[in-house]
Amino acid sequence: MTKTAAALRRPGVKTDTRTLVALAAGLVVTLWMADQIEMDLFMAFVLWVLVAVRTIFHENKAALTGTLVALAVWAIVLPFFQDSGGGFLEDATQALALTVMALGLNIIVGFAGLLDLGYVAFYALGALTAGWFMSGFFSSAGGGEGFSLLVGEPASNLPGVHFNFLLVIIVAVVVTTIAGMLIGLPTLRLRGDYIAIVTLAFGEIVGRLVINGDQIVFFGQKITNGRQGITPVDKIDLPFLEPFTGLELRPWYWVALALVAVVLFVNYRLRDSRLGRAWIALREDEVAAASMGVPLVKTKLLAYGTGAAFGGIAGVFLGSYLNTVNADQFQFSFSIFILAMVILGGLGSIEGVVLGAVVLSFINFNLIPDVFNDYPSKVGLDFDLTELSFGIFGFLLVIMMVLRPEGLIPERRRKLELTEGIGAGDTALGGGETIEEVRA
Amino acid sequence: MEASTEAARLPVKTNTWDRVRGYIGEYGLIALLLVMPVVYGIQDLSDDGSLARLGNNVVDGLSNGAIWALVALGYTLVYGIIELINFAHGEVFMIGSLVSAGLFGTLGLTAATGVPGLVLGLLVTLVLAMIASGALNVMIERVAYRPLRSAPKLAPLITAVGFSFILQNVGILWIGGSPEGIPDLINAQKELFNIGGVSVSQGDVLAVAATIPLVLLLTTFIAQSRLGRAMRATAQDPEAARLMGINVDTTISLTFLLGGIMAGAAGLIYALYQTTIWYFQGFQAGLIAFTAAVMGGIGNLKGAVLGGFIIGIIQQISDNRIGGEWTPAIVFSYLVLIMVFRPSGLLGEETREAG
Repeated sequence: MTKTAAALRRPGVKTDTRTLVALAAGLVVTLWMADQIEMDLFMAFVLWVLVAVRTIFHENKAALTGTLVALAVWAIVLPFFQDSGGGFLEDATQALALTVMALGLNIIVGFAGLLDLGYVAFYALGALTAGWFMSGFFSSAGGGEGFSLLVGEPASNLPGVHFNFLLVIIVAVVVTTIAGMLIGLPTLRLRGDYIAIVTLAFGEIVGRLVINGDQIVFFGQKITNGRQGITPVDKIDLPFLEPFTGLELRPWYWVALALVAVVLFVNYRLRDSRLGRAWIALREDEVAAASMGVPLVKTKLLAYGTGAAFGGIAGVFLGSYLNTVNADQFQFSFSIFILAMVILGGLGSIEGVVLGAVVLSFINFNLIPDVFNDYPSKVGLDFDLTELSFGIFGFLLVIMMVLRPEGLIPERRRKLELTEGIGAGDTALGGGETIEEVRA
Repeated sequence: MEASTEAARLPVKTNTWDRVRGYIGEYGLIALLLVMPVVYGIQDLSDDGSLARLGNNVVDGLSNGAIWALVALGYTLVYGIIELINFAHGEVFMIGSLVSAGLFGTLGLTAATGVPGLVLGLLVTLVLAMIASGALNVMIERVAYRPLRSAPKLAPLITAVGFSFILQNVGILWIGGSPEGIPDLINAQKELFNIGGVSVSQGDVLAVAATIPLVLLLTTFIAQSRLGRAMRATAQDPEAARLMGINVDTTISLTFLLGGIMAGAAGLIYALYQTTIWYFQGFQAGLIAFTAAVMGGIGNLKGAVLGGFIIGIIQQISDNRIGGEWTPAIVFSYLVLIMVFRPSGLLGEETREAG
C-alpha cells in the first residue's frame, strides 16, 4: 500500500539521476534510430528535446500544454525535412494509419476490457468499402460507363463506382460500426477468454469470406477479388486540392496525421465522458458496474462499434494508400500486430498506444526488413529475419505482460489494476480475491 | 450459484414459446450437428443410391477426429483446472509433429523399413515426441502463465497468444516457411479393407487404434491415481485443495504435462497420417480442437473426445463437398453458434465463464 501511495504522490520536477541517465540514453538511441530509418537528424533531436522537457516538468501544466502544441507542430512540419517520395514518409504514413487502428482497438481492449482478437475484420471491411466504392471493381455499374460522385478526373470517367474519399469514409464508418455491434452481440453473455475466441472466430470468418469472395456471386457480381485483390483503388481526391499521386507522399502523410488528430480528439473526449467512465467501470468489475446502473448491453456494444469504426476509417485510407485490397492483408497475425501495439504502449493509455503503434510500425516496416535483416548472417546464422517478425512481436507480448503489464506509458488507474495481484502469492488462483482497499 | 441455476432449470415453463425454447436449448446443438450429414446423406442416396461417399467421409473424419480429440484433451484439461485457454496448445502439437519428423530422419526410418524395425522406431518416436511436447507445455506454463496467475484474465491470454507466435516462428526456423513432405512410413493411403464401398485405409486404423488406448490411459490415470485425484480436487476448488495438502503448483504443472503428452502423440499421428508437416498446422489444429473441446463441454474429458470425432466428421464432409477453403469458416461458425447458444456444450455443465 505504501508503494501505491508513493506512486500517487509525485514531485513536481524530476531531476533524479535515474531520469537523467535514461534521457541521455534516450538521446543516443533516438539519434541512432533516426539515422537508421533515414529520418532527419535535426527533427529527431527536436523530438528528443520535447520528450525531455515533458519528462522533467511532468507536473507543470504550462510545460505540458507547450510540449503538446510543439509536438503537433513538429509532426506537421516533419515532411518538409524529408524526401517527399522517400522510404521514411512511406513508413510514417503507414504508421499513422495503423495508429488510428491501434487507438480503435484500445477502446475495445484498453477502455472496456473486452479482448478482441479479430480486429482485422474491421480493417477488412473498411478496406473492402474502399475497394467497392473507389475502384473499377463494379465494372457493370452505370451500364458499364461507371458511376461517380464528387470526384474529379480521371476517376469520374472510368468504369466502376467512384465516390469521394470522405463519402467512402462515412460509408465505412456506418458499415464497420454495424459490423462491430453485430460481432459484439453474441459476446454479450460471455466473459473473459470466451470473448477472445468468439471475436477471433469472427475475424477468421471475415478473412475467409474475403479470400473466397470471388466464389460468392450476387446478381452476376462477385463480392471480392480474393487473393488477387481489388486494384487499382482511387487515390484520395479532396476538394480544393490537387489529386494525390503515388510519388508525392506528403499529402498522404498529412491526411493520415489529420485522421490521427481527429481520432485522438474523439478518444480523449470519450475517455473523459460518461460513456468512458462506464467502460472503465465495466472493465474493472462487470457485476459491480451493472449493479451501479451501467447498462451493460449498450455500453459494450458502443465500445465494439466505436472501436470498429476507427478500424474502418484506417481501412479505407490504407486501401487507397496501398492501392490494393487483397485477402492476404487480412490475416489473424494482423490482429495480433495491432494488439501488440496496444500492449506495448499501455492498455487504456492513449499516449502509450500512439507510441506503441509508431514504434512497432517502424520496427515492422523498416527496422526488421532494412536494418536488422542481415544481422543473423553476420553472426553466422542462416535465416530471413522478416519471416520471424511475428515471433518477435509474440516475444514482446510475453515479455511485456510478465515484466511490465502496464505498458511503456501506463495509464495510472490501469497500472493499479494490473499490478495489485501479482507477487501477492503465486498460488493464489482466480485473482481479485485479495482485499482491494487501495482503490479508494 | 449452483442452486440458482438448478432452480432456473426446473420445469416452470407455462407457455408454448418457453417450451420451444427449452427444446432448442436441449436438442438444438444436436440438430445443428446432424444437418450436414443428413443433407449430404439424402443427396448421396438420390444420386448414387448408396451412402458409400458419406461413409468414406465419416471414416476419414473419424481418423482426423482422433487427432483433434487428442489435442482437445489438452485444452479441456487445462481449462478444467485453471480456466485458461492455452492458446499455444496447437503449437505444442505442431512441435510434436516436427520432433517426430526429425526423429524419422535420425532413426533412419523410411518407407522401406521392415515391420519390426518400424514398430520399434515409431514407439521410440512416440515416447520422445510425447516427452518433448509435454516438457514444452510445462515450460510454457512456468514462463508465461504462472507469473500471471493472479493477474486479470486478459494477461495470461495475451502471453498465450504471444507464445503461440513464438513457437510458430520456431517452426519456421526449423523447417522453413512452406509445408514439407515427409516419408510415408505406414503407407497411410493403402486400403486395408472395404465394407460396401467404404474404404478403410491403414492410416485410419492407426489413428483410431493409437488414440483409444491413450485416451483410456489418461482417463484411468485421472480417475484412479493419487495424482489424478489431486488434479480433480484442484479443479474443483484450488484453495481447499491446497489446505488439504495438495501441492497446487505441481498439480497444475502435471496437468500441462499430460496435455502436452497427448499433443505430442497427436503430432506423431498427424505426421504419419498426413505425411506433410507445416509450421502453421498447429494454429488451425488448435482452433479446430478448441472447437471440439467446447462442443463436448469444456472441462469434460469424454466431451473433448466426442467433440473431436464430431468436428473431424464435419470437417471432412466440408472438405469433400463444399471445398477445403471454406472449412475454417464452417468450423468457426459452429464455434460461434455453440459458444453463444450452448456454451456448456454437449456433455458439459454450466461454466463460470459463460453463466
